[in-house]
Amino acid sequence: MSPIHDQSYRRYQGDRRPVGHAWRVIAGDGIRQMLAKRVFLGLFIFAWIPFIVRAVQMYFATSLGGSVPQASAFLSISPNTFRDFLDQQSVFVFFMTIYIGAGLIANDRRANALQIYLSKPMLRMEYIGGKLLVLVSFLLSVTLVPALLLLVLQAAFAGNLTFLRANLFLIPAVVLSSFIIVTVASFTMLALSSLSKSSRFVAVMYTGAIFFTSALYGALSLIFGSTRVAWVSIGANMEQVIDVIFRKTPRYEVPTVICAMVLLALVVVSISVLERRVRGVEVVS
Amino acid sequence: MADISPAVVLDRVTVVYGTNRALRDVSAVFPSGAVGLLGPNGAGKSTMLKSLLGFIPPVSGRLEVLGLNVADKPLEVRARIGYMPETDGHIPGMNAVTFVAYCGQLAGLPKADAMQRAHEVLFYVGLGEARYRNVETYSTGMKQRIKLAQALVHDPDLVFLDEPTNGMDPKGREEMLELIRDIAHNKGISLILSSHLLPDVEYVCDHVVVLDKGAVATQGTIDDLKGPSGRVYEVRVKGELAPFIAALEGAGMECQETDEDVMRVFVPGPLGAAGEDQRRICTIAGQSHTQVRHLKASLPTLEDVFARAIGEA
Repeated sequence: MSPIHDQSYRRYQGDRRPVGHAWRVIAGDGIRQMLAKRVFLGLFIFAWIPFIVRAVQMYFATSLGGSVPQASAFLSISPNTFRDFLDQQSVFVFFMTIYIGAGLIANDRRANALQIYLSKPMLRMEYIGGKLLVLVSFLLSVTLVPALLLLVLQAAFAGNLTFLRANLFLIPAVVLSSFIIVTVASFTMLALSSLSKSSRFVAVMYTGAIFFTSALYGALSLIFGSTRVAWVSIGANMEQVIDVIFRKTPRYEVPTVICAMVLLALVVVSISVLERRVRGVEVVS
Repeated sequence: MADISPAVVLDRVTVVYGTNRALRDVSAVFPSGAVGLLGPNGAGKSTMLKSLLGFIPPVSGRLEVLGLNVADKPLEVRARIGYMPETDGHIPGMNAVTFVAYCGQLAGLPKADAMQRAHEVLFYVGLGEARYRNVETYSTGMKQRIKLAQALVHDPDLVFLDEPTNGMDPKGREEMLELIRDIAHNKGISLILSSHLLPDVEYVCDHVVVLDKGAVATQGTIDDLKGPSGRVYEVRVKGELAPFIAALEGAGMECQETDEDVMRVFVPGPLGAAGEDQRRICTIAGQSHTQVRHLKASLPTLEDVFARAIGEA
């Protein structure tokens, strides 16, 4: 009589996926793990409150119409509304970047997981891509997704596409700005996460990088009496570039090209750090 | 019929860490089946495994695994091998079955198959009852078993085991060795067992490659290396040891002191008349004014092979 289920080792006869899909597994698992955390869900819901507020604003702005002119003027929707919305969301982007990103690679380094990952048929780029996708997905879901939804809601509440047609640049502006915010935050955080085995230390480093550069800019602008030194601040660089994307007058005197190049350099340096730090073996010279 | 093609071939491989040459012009052949990779600490065993995995590219030479060039097809190579690292390693925040299934998915198994294989492999390595526990709560022995499980979940053709019995209690070690032996001899999976524990290698493997200071000291089947070309005797003497050893070595014999007061004497060459070796040793002892208190023929062990190889390297 044969046993109900053979519990000894058996050779595998099933299908195997071709190589090159591991990043999906990593990203999917990272997203699932994050969604299982109540604190994260709280933070995520909190990050959508500004969207609800803006949606209510849009509803009243369109439904009140000309019946209450003072309220209508106060609540009016303009391209600035969307620029301001992304500005507000940057606070949530900061907290979510820390909560999600600090441990993405640092925890794997603490648990010696890199040698496990990289002994599987995957490239280092796939590992980094998978981890990056976890952070990028959540950050886009509190920047790009609500901002685009607001555009849709505006048209829905107004019952016409007049505003959207008049400000067609808003769609690429929202997309581009969201991607700039998310890309810079994600690469910077992931690079910092690869430098340490402690997610807390990474969180402190990231916070330090954001606040130190802002403080440095504050001090330098006082010394030189000019905002031409705004390029030293990560936050100021992003504000400057996004202002230009939204066709607003830039708020700092520094050329926008310099700000864009600083952000690009930050991403390039982050990629270089990741290339050096994400390895199956740590070589100590 | 057994597969006679080599599992791994290294052709004049040199690996450099900074200024340190960890592997020096190494050429070795690991046949299919169970092969032991022996050597003292720092000999280059782990470096060799990591080079075969593609973690550390060699500065020169060619690495071939299961007929595939590691430099050209690293992903195809890794899809067919399992790696059990020496140091503890797991994916944080996962229980055992999730961790092993996740490793299976990373290696290309569909999600449902990976989960089924994870359950099977965990039962196989003896963690069936503990498979829903978080890996971080596991004891050292359990961590060794789960490392083996993650190396096996995708059903590799070749497994690299780096010091698999480290930190295990005697019973756990015995069970682990049984598992490894079963994998190599009954499941059709080739393995390379890197260890500095000679009894472990001798129990599991048929073939060994001995490394010393980044070079191959010797390689071959254990039986051949133990060889009929010499005999080993256990000798305990009273009196000055140094002149006795010098006299034995002068007569072409090799001496190896052990932790106990017994010395192992290797007599090379073909076996002569019965008792001839013993008479020679006693004569040499008499000439060096030493009393022989104990003299017993001993079966050559892998320890003798290792000691000779390291001495010759």
